[in-house]
Amino acid sequence: MGAGHAHGGLAAAYVAGNSTVHRLEPHTKLVAVLAFALVVVLTPVDAGWAPLAYAGFLALLLGVAAVARVRPGRLLRGLAVEIPFVLFALLLPFVSRGPRTDVLGVSLSESGLAAGGSILAKATLSVLAATLLAATTEPRALLRGLERLRLPSVLVQILTFMIRYADVIGGELRRMKVARESRGFRGRHVGALKVLGPAAGSLFIRSYERGERVHLAMLSRGYTGRLPTGPVAVVGGRAWATALSLPLAAAAVLATGSLLG
Amino acid sequence: MSTPPSLLVEDLAFAYPDGHQALFGVDLRLQQGERVAVLGPNGAGKTTLVLHLNGILRGGRGRVTVGGLPVEDRNLAEIRRRVGIVFQDPDDQLFMPTVGEDVAFGPRNHGLPEPEVARRVADALAVVDMADVADRPPHHLSFGQRRRVAVATVLSMRPEILVLDEPSSNLDPAGRRELAEVIEPLPVTLLMVTHDLPYALQLCPRSVVLDGGVVVADGPTRELLGDPALLAAHRLELPFGFDPHAVP
Repeated sequence: MGAGHAHGGLAAAYVAGNSTVHRLEPHTKLVAVLAFALVVVLTPVDAGWAPLAYAGFLALLLGVAAVARVRPGRLLRGLAVEIPFVLFALLLPFVSRGPRTDVLGVSLSESGLAAGGSILAKATLSVLAATLLAATTEPRALLRGLERLRLPSVLVQILTFMIRYADVIGGELRRMKVARESRGFRGRHVGALKVLGPAAGSLFIRSYERGERVHLAMLSRGYTGRLPTGPVAVVGGRAWATALSLPLAAAAVLATGSLLG
Repeated sequence: MSTPPSLLVEDLAFAYPDGHQALFGVDLRLQQGERVAVLGPNGAGKTTLVLHLNGILRGGRGRVTVGGLPVEDRNLAEIRRRVGIVFQDPDDQLFMPTVGEDVAFGPRNHGLPEPEVARRVADALAVVDMADVADRPPHHLSFGQRRRVAVATVLSMRPEILVLDEPSSNLDPAGRRELAEVIEPLPVTLLMVTHDLPYALQLCPRSVVLDGGVVVADGPTRELLGDPALLAAHRLELPFGFDPHAVP
């Protein structure tokens, strides 16, 4: 597995800071990002002004990134999750049917180009917004936000434990790997699967048993089915207005396009 | 009878659903403020006994009473406040994202108001000398620090009895001493399950030996540890060169 030190893993997405964006309550940011993505998706693909709207959305995101002091490099790294969609979007112009056009001597489908381009633009904008959210909000703050937005408590708890135990289980995985390799194991051929399969199984059993022990420890301290949370800050209209300025500005871009275009 | 005993275990017997019988009638009485070590080989039933003290395991013969309150369904919340169990692996005990939230877990479950929770968290972390790590994730602490934080997670519930399961396991000598310095001055009844006989002698004036699911010996720790025949009969061994009578 990846980094051998404690600071890797899930917390790596967060960029510490104290900007206006960092200080916003997590649930307002979650709502803002969702609303922004919705506006992006609602932008009609085939309208002539769509590329202008996409450029406007991108400018808005870069503005937020500047306020939050999130570097462009960090944003680009966030786009890595998008790669499968990019591959799919690049494939579309080649495999779609309908009228074709020549680009640099290659025959491509017009509808495929449009569909691929819009998938690319919409996915990129949404992933950028999500990257900004992750870069300005600690993982556990995000969970508090999800809980405030009434995500079912069981889901929030599962995510909480994932954050807490990702490093612990990653550590077990690393120790098993070291123990294997110390006895001359190399995992580079098909026969290695015979060893790695049972190793995955034993990691699963160990994690399952840990889950049982954690549950006992929780019951022993009065667990009743909910993870208790601390004090909840009251969020005023101002904070909501700040958070929602991003999707509202995006909606304004969309409205302008629809009216003028 | 003025104050009831902190812990009263009467004729406790228990068999797991698979038929394995772990306890065959355990009797144990701890007065308030008493410190008792439970010694015994692996498989003696020590963990099974511990899980009965706060009602995680029930349904066998006998009864358990904590500060006069019987361990029953309707008392479970209060029983679990009174009995603070610190499990062996701090990674099992510390399951919340930060140390502070973990120490607050018990008090919040018992519905304490938030200012009181904050006070309890600060007090408990100060007692174990970990006041400056409240906002850190447990994963970033050393093993000894995690063990001490694990103690704080139950101290914040102001328990009547502190139950420690193998508290010195996996600690380096300095961590072991630091934990002893934390435990020593605590004004609670203490039940400590351990293989570490010198640790038992250091922290607990009285010990019981559990083997085969029954209490086979109960007396001053120094006397028990000074009885080679008793120790040998129950797979207990002192470290090389350790003389319980030479310790102050």
